[in-house]
Amino acid sequence: MQQVHIWNAARIAVCILVAVYIIAPIVIVLIISFSSAPFLTFPPPGWSMQWYENIVGNPAWIRSLWVSLRVMLPAGIAATVLGTAAAFALNRGRIPGAAAINGILMAPLVVPVIITAAALFGVFRIWGLYGTIGGLILAHTVLTIPYVLSTVGASLQLVDRRLEDAAANLGATPWMAFRSVTLPLILPAVLSGLLFAMVISFDELVVSLFISTPVVRPVTVQMWSNIRGDVDPTIAAIATLIFLFSLAALLVESVMSRSGGRKTPFS
Amino acid sequence: MPSTVIRDRRAWLVAPALALLLAAFVYPVFWLLLRSASDPVWGFHNYATALSEAIYLKVLWNTVAISGATTIFCLLFGYPMAYTMVHAGPAARRILIYIVLIPFWTSILVRTFAWLVLLQPKGLINDILLGIGLIARPLELIYNRTGVLIGMVQILLPFMVFPLFSVLSRIDGSYMKAAANLGAPPLPAFFRVYLPLSLPGVFTGCMLVFIISLGYFITPALLGGRRDIMVAQLIQEQIDQFGDWGLSAALAMILLAGTALIFTLAHKVFGVKPAIRA
Repeated sequence: MQQVHIWNAARIAVCILVAVYIIAPIVIVLIISFSSAPFLTFPPPGWSMQWYENIVGNPAWIRSLWVSLRVMLPAGIAATVLGTAAAFALNRGRIPGAAAINGILMAPLVVPVIITAAALFGVFRIWGLYGTIGGLILAHTVLTIPYVLSTVGASLQLVDRRLEDAAANLGATPWMAFRSVTLPLILPAVLSGLLFAMVISFDELVVSLFISTPVVRPVTVQMWSNIRGDVDPTIAAIATLIFLFSLAALLVESVMSRSGGRKTPFS
Repeated sequence: MPSTVIRDRRAWLVAPALALLLAAFVYPVFWLLLRSASDPVWGFHNYATALSEAIYLKVLWNTVAISGATTIFCLLFGYPMAYTMVHAGPAARRILIYIVLIPFWTSILVRTFAWLVLLQPKGLINDILLGIGLIARPLELIYNRTGVLIGMVQILLPFMVFPLFSVLSRIDGSYMKAAANLGAPPLPAFFRVYLPLSLPGVFTGCMLVFIISLGYFITPALLGGRRDIMVAQLIQEQIDQFGDWGLSAALAMILLAGTALIFTLAHKVFGVKPAIRA
């Protein structure tokens, strides 16, 4: 019995260490972003907002944040509309080769992203999309469709099809049935797919690195090119902003999934 | 029958997404595949170069070795974590879930940057270790394989914990009770009853972590050594600095083939399904 206690204690010790290992780095970057020192010391000798003022005062950061937003919104919306439509068709329509189509739509998730990046860089240069907002939007839409498809698809499987049949029997057109019966039921999943898509677009680095130029540069690529030079806490401030954006999305998602009665992966 | 017509019409809703993926994903990947066999001249010479020259073989071997080590460490850290999540009370479970989920939602770049700060010779970790007198000189924790592993294990841990958690939470507790009632001491009972039941989760988690590691770029590029690179960095370097499309396309296809092979094997042998978002 003594042996079991030792093993349990060891297991819990490992858990605590792993929890610290997972969380501590992010927390430390958060704290350093408010440091008064011009280098990345911890703990900071004093506090200041100067690195956030740096971001606001630096046109390069503002420009790249603006690029990220202009890519994130259209890409997220396009991926949500196309992904939801595809999920609906794959779940409700009779499609020859549905499994193969599903495989193609999910492929960007499985294919290593460096391959997608190199491939898109190659053809985008030929198509004139290299270094354009349109090219970034197109790439991010492709990369985020799988997330919408799997989220909305899972939700559609839970919707009772007899409700849609009832609407059809009562004379609703397929569009009316979708609009007034199906869509309200899957709305939490659609919105969480949208959030997912926008966060992934905002955080995306590898593909953006290949297909963007110094003129049209999303914030992650800007951060990447700065990390390799002189690092001051401005980068920590940018990292904090990116982190808070993801955290806010996660909170919205978890509130939505609870109110929508949808099960989170762990509940 | 009218409803059949309606159902078939609804099927067309998949067309826009499919057209987009064919044009802006499938075609570009095929374009890359063609480059590997046609740049600068037709033939398999790019593959021959990638698979015969010592420098490229070393990079491919590095990739497998780093991915393997990442997988093993993720399993060693992830199993106790998932086990504790399953057997903890509701409050502790919720906290642990958020501890795993929050980094999962955080940009890889942000997390890698955090390690860049912590692992410096004058970074926090060396400061602490020097401060408590555990080491006399700063450890070399960054720009080498140690740094890559520290960063990659932390970032990929959720992909191990998610599938493990879902399998472990479905294991029927009465098996362990039965083993105990039949006189098995707890530890042998764990290794002979519980562990075998959890193997599907172990395989899924290991496969996910290994496959994702194979194509990793950001973390090894920032935390790794210049002479100890992985295949994704080599692909980027060949395109960015040398414009060598043929060789980098061949390396990309070798990476893709390796990924697909492991995926298929895992699927055929263990029935693993690709649940990326658990």
